[in-house]
Amino acid sequence: MSLIIEVNHLSKKFGDILAVNDLSFTVNQGDIYGFLGQNGAGKSTTIRMLLTLIHPTAGNIKLFGKDLSANRSAILQQVGAVIEKPDLYKYLSAYDNLSIFAKMSGIKVTRQLLMQQLQMVGLEDRAKDTVRTFSQGMKQRLGIAVALVHNPALIILDEPTNGLDPQGIADIRNLILRLSKEMGKTVLISSHLLSEIELIATRMIILHKGKKMVEGNVATLLDPAHTLIEIETLDNTTAKHLLAQSQWAAFVQPGNQLQLMMDKIKVPQLINFLVSGGVQLLSVNSSHSLENYFLSLTTQSGNVDAFAN
Amino acid sequence: MWTLLQIELFKISKRPRTYIAFAAVAAIVFIFQFAFKADGQSYMDLMLQSVKDTFTFDRVQAINGYFMCYIILNTLLIQVPILIALIAADSISGEANMGTLRLLISKPISRTQLILVKFAAATIFTIFLLLWMAVTALFMSLLIFGTGDMLVFRSKGDESQILLITKDDIMWRYLAAFAYATVALTVIAALSLLLSIFAENSIGPIIATVCIVIVCTIISNINVPIIDKNVKPFLFTSYLVGWKGFFYIGTDADGKTIRGSLENWPAIRKSLLILIAHIFILVTAAVVVFKKKDILS
Repeated sequence: MSLIIEVNHLSKKFGDILAVNDLSFTVNQGDIYGFLGQNGAGKSTTIRMLLTLIHPTAGNIKLFGKDLSANRSAILQQVGAVIEKPDLYKYLSAYDNLSIFAKMSGIKVTRQLLMQQLQMVGLEDRAKDTVRTFSQGMKQRLGIAVALVHNPALIILDEPTNGLDPQGIADIRNLILRLSKEMGKTVLISSHLLSEIELIATRMIILHKGKKMVEGNVATLLDPAHTLIEIETLDNTTAKHLLAQSQWAAFVQPGNQLQLMMDKIKVPQLINFLVSGGVQLLSVNSSHSLENYFLSLTTQSGNVDAFAN
Repeated sequence: MWTLLQIELFKISKRPRTYIAFAAVAAIVFIFQFAFKADGQSYMDLMLQSVKDTFTFDRVQAINGYFMCYIILNTLLIQVPILIALIAADSISGEANMGTLRLLISKPISRTQLILVKFAAATIFTIFLLLWMAVTALFMSLLIFGTGDMLVFRSKGDESQILLITKDDIMWRYLAAFAYATVALTVIAALSLLLSIFAENSIGPIIATVCIVIVCTIISNINVPIIDKNVKPFLFTSYLVGWKGFFYIGTDADGKTIRGSLENWPAIRKSLLILIAHIFILVTAAVVVFKKKDILS
């Protein structure tokens, strides 16, 4: 399987702020690659570096096996992107916007092609209307049509479901799955909607404060062997102290709550250990959703607002 | 490159603000033409007051299309930089403000190409605006006021001078003057383009361009030897009105005008070269700055 994206030791500094810190990851052909992190984690900065909007301070990026800085034009012909909001020329029609960006992508533009794209995102009836009259959801769909019009091999979507209603979100999800499974496209997608990423991503990376926390197959990361266990006791401080001196210390997550990332099958052993140590248990809960996994890795107490949705 | 330029011109043509400049030029020209048609005689009386005993000329015939155009250009070419800035200063900052800049940069076009295309589009807009001025100020005036020999009032040091150019010696001068004005105003377009790279909405670069033009114009008009020698030669505003040189006709030893001549062609040529150097420096700076810029909008 060939590598579509290779990021090696990538860093970006804005003044004294290190937005991306020695980041390395790879995306394989056909992956739907989830790009996760809190606000300010460095997701957008990394995506912008992949699209040459921002110059890296250090490190290098290879797309399709070629150095991005040396082969920029040739590489970007094979990349389609929606970057945050899909801002388009509000005074132009949907058709004209699509036509302009298709021409800029270096393809032969025909009316049939453009109408097909508009049909794909359900905007064929609004082709002649100016974007000024569009809802946020319609702009988002047009942005996706713009990203796909030149049939790119790599699609980068930064928050593509922003402003969409549940049906719109489902449509985008199905479209991404179709692009990957039926057309063999590689998709890198960042989103705050972790449940959406969980439904579609094959691999993912979690960034925190510009650094990689974890990267891998979603199926492996959400495997019961990596279940998040939350324990409630009468005295969490004592329990934590006890765990710190035991084999379980490596699994305890930072923060005030008592959380462990572990194989679910070992939960009875854990309970026995705590009870034999004199800890009075109130509850033991297990979960292996992406959201819980994500929170267990990235959040300190009181730092979860960004993922409330 | 050609496709990119077509796209850029298409976008400019679809923006309502583009036509503000054309409407403003038409309105100013019309007001001048109306005022002179109604009461041009008073203006001529005032202008010829000091020479009424030594200079005889049919004052009605003096207000012809050529003369009108000269009067209008004298006023209008000082204000046109603002109209140029309206479009050119929006080149990059407008895209940043709309959020389309990041989409443009993520396309397989180089940043250098993008800046050069934006500059070419701004230059073409400048050319069209001057063509529109030529149509309204020159050809419309010729239709309204007719043709005839042209009077040129000139201040030369402490002296006032009146030059007379015969009607068969005028049209090429206007063509040359409009060409010169195009180069001069392209400097404004290049300056606006450079400033637009630093901003994320077009108001800042428009105001900055106008401020720079005003400040430099004021400095260009300060008559202090140290500024004359050390500052003025480097200011583009010192050369903005160089188009007038095409109407300063050469004279013989007896003071008679020589048909087809220019009083000081080397000075005009030098002005043109300095303006072109300004354009080159400003556009190069725009390319260099833009290539290094992180697109955060």
